[in-house]
Amino acid sequence: MAFDRRTFIKGTSVAGLTLMAPGIIGRAKADDKIRLASILDQSGGLDIYGKPMANATQMAVDEINAAGGLNGQQIELINYDPQSNIQFYTQYATKAATGDKAHVVHAGITSASREAIRPTLGRFQSLYFYNTQYEGGVCDRNCFCTGSTPAQTVEKLVPYAMNKFGKKVYIIAADYNYGQITAQWVKKYVTDNGGEVADTEFFPLDVTNFGPTIKKIQAAKPDMVWSALVGGAHISFYRQYAAAGMNKSVPIASTTFGVGNEHKLISAEEGDGILAAYTYFQEVPGDNNAAFVKRFQEKFGADAPYLNELATRSYEGIQLWAEAVKKAGTADRMPVIEALESGISLAGPSGDISLDPKTHHGVLNVYLAELKDQTFNIVETHNAQPPSDTLLVCDLQANPDQATFYFENGLEAAGIK
Amino acid sequence: MDLAIALALQIVYGIANLVLISLGLAIIFGMMRVINLAHGEFLMLGGYTVVISTNHGVNIWFAMLVLAPLVVGLIGVLVERLLIQYLYGRMVDTLLATWGLSLLFVGLVTTIFGAQTETTISPPLGAISIGDYSSSAYELFLIGVTVALLLLVWAVMKWTRLGLVARATMQSDDMASALGVSTRNVYMITFGLGAAISGLAGGLLAPVTGVLPSIGATYIAKAFITVISGGASILAGTSAASILLGGINGIMSFLTGPTLGEVALLAAAIVLIRLMPTGITGRFFRKSL
Amino acid sequence: MNWSRENRWRAVIVAAGVLFTLAAPSMLELFTIINLSTAIALAILALSLGLIWGYGGILCFGQTAFFGIGAYAYTIAAVNFGGSSWAILLAILAAAAFAAVLGYFMFYGRVSDVYMAVITLTVTLILYSLLRRTSGPEYKIGNALLGGFNGVNSPPLNLPWPPYTPLYPEHVFYVGMAVLIIGYVLCAWLVQTHFGRVAVAIRENELRAELIGYDTRLYKLVLFTIGGAVAGAGGIIFCNGVGRITPDVFNLYNSALAIIWVIVGGRGTLVGPVLGSFALFYLTTWLGTQGTVNNNLVLGLILIVFVLAVPKGILPTFISWWDKARQRRSMQRRELKVRRRRGRASLLEEAADEK
Repeated sequence: MAFDRRTFIKGTSVAGLTLMAPGIIGRAKADDKIRLASILDQSGGLDIYGKPMANATQMAVDEINAAGGLNGQQIELINYDPQSNIQFYTQYATKAATGDKAHVVHAGITSASREAIRPTLGRFQSLYFYNTQYEGGVCDRNCFCTGSTPAQTVEKLVPYAMNKFGKKVYIIAADYNYGQITAQWVKKYVTDNGGEVADTEFFPLDVTNFGPTIKKIQAAKPDMVWSALVGGAHISFYRQYAAAGMNKSVPIASTTFGVGNEHKLISAEEGDGILAAYTYFQEVPGDNNAAFVKRFQEKFGADAPYLNELATRSYEGIQLWAEAVKKAGTADRMPVIEALESGISLAGPSGDISLDPKTHHGVLNVYLAELKDQTFNIVETHNAQPPSDTLLVCDLQANPDQATFYFENGLEAAGIK
Repeated sequence: MDLAIALALQIVYGIANLVLISLGLAIIFGMMRVINLAHGEFLMLGGYTVVISTNHGVNIWFAMLVLAPLVVGLIGVLVERLLIQYLYGRMVDTLLATWGLSLLFVGLVTTIFGAQTETTISPPLGAISIGDYSSSAYELFLIGVTVALLLLVWAVMKWTRLGLVARATMQSDDMASALGVSTRNVYMITFGLGAAISGLAGGLLAPVTGVLPSIGATYIAKAFITVISGGASILAGTSAASILLGGINGIMSFLTGPTLGEVALLAAAIVLIRLMPTGITGRFFRKSL
Repeated sequence: MNWSRENRWRAVIVAAGVLFTLAAPSMLELFTIINLSTAIALAILALSLGLIWGYGGILCFGQTAFFGIGAYAYTIAAVNFGGSSWAILLAILAAAAFAAVLGYFMFYGRVSDVYMAVITLTVTLILYSLLRRTSGPEYKIGNALLGGFNGVNSPPLNLPWPPYTPLYPEHVFYVGMAVLIIGYVLCAWLVQTHFGRVAVAIRENELRAELIGYDTRLYKLVLFTIGGAVAGAGGIIFCNGVGRITPDVFNLYNSALAIIWVIVGGRGTLVGPVLGSFALFYLTTWLGTQGTVNNNLVLGLILIVFVLAVPKGILPTFISWWDKARQRRSMQRRELKVRRRRGRASLLEEAADEK
């Protein structure tokens, strides 16, 4: 019998809530503020991602409040720092949902953190926004994932890179769910575009010596290397690759390089020529983005980090939610979910984006860029890309009563390929 | 053939890499029986010294070879004077204190420089080619530095008065102080030297790794496993364990991929600790340094 | 039954624990109750380390290994069995068995104090690294995925009799408190049995204990195994409190934290480590809600100051203050009496005895 926390929560939440905790559902706090809880790692190993996200969150809330709030109500931002520790995620999520009675919770960086709090927020009926790029596959009526998923970006970057560099691809990826699923998508699109995968290698997240692999790449003689490496330790790869002179002969394409601001942590000559694809770069053209970047830098001064996809998704995630609150005329959960499902859209820094009602994922603009002097130059734009991977498995309109993470066991287990 | 040479070089580099990240820890642990949980942060501080000073226009060689060990060595002396010296003979308290120190350093660096610091440096030497293969000349340089460092520490321990006094203090601090040695000073210098070597290692690795406030955590486990597998003798132990673990890791990484390479390293460490709970030098080369 | 002062205290502590368990749900908010189960789980871990280190003198830097193995074993077994009762038993056995094997290697290998700390730490770090590498569908035990870096969702505890009703997070609080109190009683009982007194004797002087004729290796092994079982039970509560178990449970931060609870609370007591774990739990939780200073900075600073200022730990320091204060009071009282009754000479004698 497949008995796990999720089926348990799904099956028992309605009965349980009415029986055991009658006081929870009603947003009992009587003041006139809308409460937005944010749970993002601002210390510990993940702060490199969490700090820019927390800054962007702060800015979004401040801007909405300065503009008069939502439906005349100010937003109260409740900020938690789980210190890169999963146990704090569960704790703060419980507190935000039942103690603060937050109307919405914007939280989570790693998939582990999201999966730790999603059941809690579902059970206590707190609307949940996850604003990070991740492996895709979450299908949950209570949860909105505004970040990009691998199929969105990989699908566009693979043909561009193969066209430019050649058809033989060597894939290196971080050894966890996200890296493995991204590698699978890369493999699929490389084959679909008539290319060939020379080899695929996975790296534990704390590997710092990439020498043996660089030799293997030299032996395999690919036309390009595809990197789905993640995290501080893996930055070593780009440096050692350049030190062996490889960056001149076998170029790199990646959908994970840049989101930890890797391009600022390696030097210009090491990084030049790397291709990347995201749904946002700080260099995205347009007045909207220019103004956004300017406001951000004014607000956070000299310390302002480079604005990457994670930070901007956090900002836009809050703006999308705010649009829905305005449309619904209330911050209560169900009306806001319905407003969000009505195909809500936003003219944000990353361009015109919207939410896909079937999957609760973002329909986003994908930008391809080439790195030069620690700056991304945008070379191609693909507007309004749907979350094609999650769409394969998830339809919340046909079946709204679910809270599943389809890709937890990889793509095959979800019936893809 | 080219591949064999390139691969051999790679494995030697892997070993040198392990020696570099472990040596400072081994000195402090071997000489003073202090388990320094802030070791990873000493490496990180070395890296930061290089990144920050080169950002201010300092020559990279000077930053790596002089500034990094100097700065971190001074920090080490400071730490010893302000904290560790009150805790000798209280091993557990030093554990707690150095762990607090490790958190403090991470927090301090993050507070001062932010969660990330832009860098402009890259490995200062170009690539060298071995037939179809190319390697980084900087890796060769690092191998050379590691060997030189080992020889230097060995020579200091063996032939200088400081080394003699240090070894005497290590064997019996009571006896040494009875003979007029200021063990206080010996410990201070040892701790400073250990920190300086960690700083040098962190500085040297800065151009080939990412430099972040929390990067120390990626080194500490490997350094510990190496030191404990090596056993009490600083040089012989660290070298022997690095050769064994680094060799296994390098060969397995090449044959099967990095995940199994890391697993093989850990498995080797488990077997080693089971067979020789006091490390390689607890059983062999007991008299060595 | 002759109740020593220590046992009176222990009875008071147990009574306070039971009282708290009964009163808490009506006094505290729901989220506090739910979040307390995580804190309680950590307190059980602290208790286990307080037992083997404080009473057995075994410095185990990797007590989280048994804690984490308990959590993982529970999760894997519960997913496969579809219920928690056997999974609980299996998890505690797994943690105890792992402790027994590791302990056998160390104690029968005559590993010294420092090395014991580092070996246990190394073993924990090895578990950390190994489990982080187990992502992907191929790493499966029965129906349960190991999940690698992301970890796995832990099935909730359920009632042991049919129908197997799952427990809500707020009910885990009761289970946790029950385990903590039972664990405490067990440990408190153990340390004053003959076995426990021998363990303390070994802590004080291993050589002497051995010369008297005790097989110190065996005593340490048994104590270590019991400690592992208690930690494993804590792990079960932990993964239920968090809802998920990830390899992070084995990382250096958590390993060090366990040691720190014991140091902060005080070695050689059982309540001290438990209090220490609660104190640090609330400190770190609070740190996460303030946004001004870097958390690592504050926590690091507090720990360093603590080591320098309160080296013995809170509880022993408090007890020695208390004792001193009492002594002073009774001295004063006695002094008056003595002056009245006996005169100066015997007063001096008394004072000498007091020393």
